[in-house]
Amino acid sequence: MTGMLLTGNAAVARGARLARVDYVPAFPITPQTEIIEALAGWIESGDMLGRWVTLESEHAMLTAAGAAAATGVRVFTATSSQGLLYAMEMLYTVAGWRAPFVLANVSRGLATPITLEPDHNDILAARDCGFLQIHCATCQEVLDNLPIAYRVAEDPRVRLPVIVNLDGFYLSFTREPVVLPEPQEVDAFLPPFEARDIRFRASQPESQAVAVLGGGPYSYFRYETHLAARNGLQVYAEAGAEWGERFGRVYDVLDLYRSEDAEICFVMIGSFATKAMAAVDALRAAGRRVGLVRPRLLRPFPAEALRQALVGKRGVAVVDQNLSFGFGGVLHGELCSALYGLADAPILLSFIGGLGGRDIAQSELFEMARLAAAADRGEAPPPRLLYTQEELREVRKLQTLAHAERNRLEDPGS
Amino acid sequence: MSETRFHSVKDLPSARLLGTGTPMCAGCGGLQALHQIYNLLGGRSVFVNAAGCMTLLSVYPFTPFRGSWLYTAMASAPAGAQGVRDALDILIAQGRMPPEEDLQVVALTGDGSAYGMGLSATSGAIERELDFLYIVYDNEGYGNTGQQTSPATPHGARTATCRGPGGFAGEKKDLFAIWCAHKPAYAATLVGAEPLDLARKVETALSIKGPRLLLALAPCPTGWDFDPRHTVEIGKLAVKTGLWPLKEYREGRVVHTKPPMRRVPVERYLETQGRFRHLFEPTRRDDRIAEIQARVDAYWEAVAP
Ligand SMILES: Cc1ncc(C[n+]2csc(CCOP(=O)(O)OP(=O)(O)O)c2C)c(N)n1
Ligand code: SF4
Repeated sequence: MTGMLLTGNAAVARGARLARVDYVPAFPITPQTEIIEALAGWIESGDMLGRWVTLESEHAMLTAAGAAAATGVRVFTATSSQGLLYAMEMLYTVAGWRAPFVLANVSRGLATPITLEPDHNDILAARDCGFLQIHCATCQEVLDNLPIAYRVAEDPRVRLPVIVNLDGFYLSFTREPVVLPEPQEVDAFLPPFEARDIRFRASQPESQAVAVLGGGPYSYFRYETHLAARNGLQVYAEAGAEWGERFGRVYDVLDLYRSEDAEICFVMIGSFATKAMAAVDALRAAGRRVGLVRPRLLRPFPAEALRQALVGKRGVAVVDQNLSFGFGGVLHGELCSALYGLADAPILLSFIGGLGGRDIAQSELFEMARLAAAADRGEAPPPRLLYTQEELREVRKLQTLAHAERNRLEDPGS
Repeated sequence: MSETRFHSVKDLPSARLLGTGTPMCAGCGGLQALHQIYNLLGGRSVFVNAAGCMTLLSVYPFTPFRGSWLYTAMASAPAGAQGVRDALDILIAQGRMPPEEDLQVVALTGDGSAYGMGLSATSGAIERELDFLYIVYDNEGYGNTGQQTSPATPHGARTATCRGPGGFAGEKKDLFAIWCAHKPAYAATLVGAEPLDLARKVETALSIKGPRLLLALAPCPTGWDFDPRHTVEIGKLAVKTGLWPLKEYREGRVVHTKPPMRRVPVERYLETQGRFRHLFEPTRRDDRIAEIQARVDAYWEAVAP
């Protein structure tokens, strides 16, 4: 094992290389480009075996990725934001093929307005397509979860594609110390891909994804996929535990940080959770019993684990880096459904923050914890957007300036 | 084509490889062409299909194909072919699959997909010199959804979205020329009603590697509004009137394989189909018919040696 300073993107690329992927169909998008450039470079120089192809869109890229996985090779690809949405039809399609491969998504806010910076609306738009979703908080977690994701995807109990998600900029371009496992040790963890029943061969004709007539066969396939996705919880936990035995870093469906004896918990996904960990430490130092519960998997949804972690808490602050318009935070809604009807369910407060890369300040996390502690049982307040008067004034100022500028241009005499 | 093994219709395969009993319409010209192509292609193939009429050839858990099948989506069958071809190449190169297990990778789409939504994926696949065969059955409309206007609809045809007295005001897009502009390994137009010409082209296509187009006019009783028993006659008329030039592109040259010696007037073709009835009833539109004739004449004048 060697240590290196790696960006989140480089960690993805290293992880894919350690997984000995055979095929990388690609299409560029910020902030994902560093991943595909690194892999292209290694394949070009011969440092990595594998075939590289640039497709003409993400729709085509996902089609090629799924088709190659269905033919029996190990496939990796990566995208972000608009690219993920452009491929949305094919996310559903290739998951329906039960094609096991890994897609890294570098989260980025969605247009419009167009932005380069991150939030989670892109990845949550892909919530129901049949891909499993692993959400990472650190560069190390990103790297380790690439081989783990292949184990889960290729497990006969699952046989579904997996998305490994990391935040654009906050992880994609942040260098962190990362321990690199030895390739042979990863080989022992991740055996070569055996496509078994879904591959195409002259001697073994196969029909994949043929049309169905009527809801009966359709329901059959959908339900099979649902059950397979649910198996993902167990398979991930097993693979994450085995990774822990081999490399000393255990991964479970939830990351629990000082939450066992906590009265108040933050629930959030992705790299911003590391800010919540710092807030937890500060609040603990001030004598407050606060913790963090971070789901690593969103699909399958670790509902039972979340119940165990949260029932009996006094208050829970759910921080969503997404906004489902006219509803609120997606994660908050999912947690509500997981805890519904339980006698000792905590009150869930919903906060929407970190949209388009907006920071979530420590002071805001402290305030969320204070509100969660003070929350009146039984009455759930509406979701709150983390947005300050200061930020509003800033936007108004820009609008006024732009307006004045335009008037000046239209009337050069004044 | 001097080395062809097809000298007369007697040389054409007599065994039918594609199973019967599909839910295609009676008299489907697309299925007719596909039958003939499949007889030569055979089961050592994998069809990557885009949404369209032919998607219903295989309905779970049945299939008429001896070989393999993968449904993709309307826009991306060529990209699916890319993934399958690349994966087969990787498996063979790594010794994980013996070369005898290799497959001919085939994209199968309708015209709406090929001329329109899937064109970006097609262009990409040709540009990457993908080794695949692309079969298009051109029924000149979005057939599966009820024959709406597609980028392949000919001028003047009535469709589900062009019901007015003039029919479709635009022009049929020239997919063959678009392919040729990409310098593919091979491109050919064909029609099931001319089986000998079709067989020779399939034979040629199968002897070459790279991007290869088989563009089959597909008389469509349902969408074009004619009695299914006229499929062959209409297919032949399309060629004889010069409306559907049979040609092939190879090594930078386009050759007409069956130029109509004395072209039959286009109205003989138009009057066979309900989609052109408004050109004859309630009043005969000589101006419109002449317009269509002029386009055909101009085409053949331009290609005349
Ligand atoms: C993205 C997308 N949009 C629309 C459709 C609906 N659709 C299914 S088949 C079809 C018509 C396809 O036309 P064509 O490619 O000419 O094939 P044909 O139906 O004539 O066989 C359409 C529009 C679809 N399947 N996917
Ligand atoms: S609608 Fe036309 S092309 Fe489609 S199956 Fe029927 S006859 Fe064939």
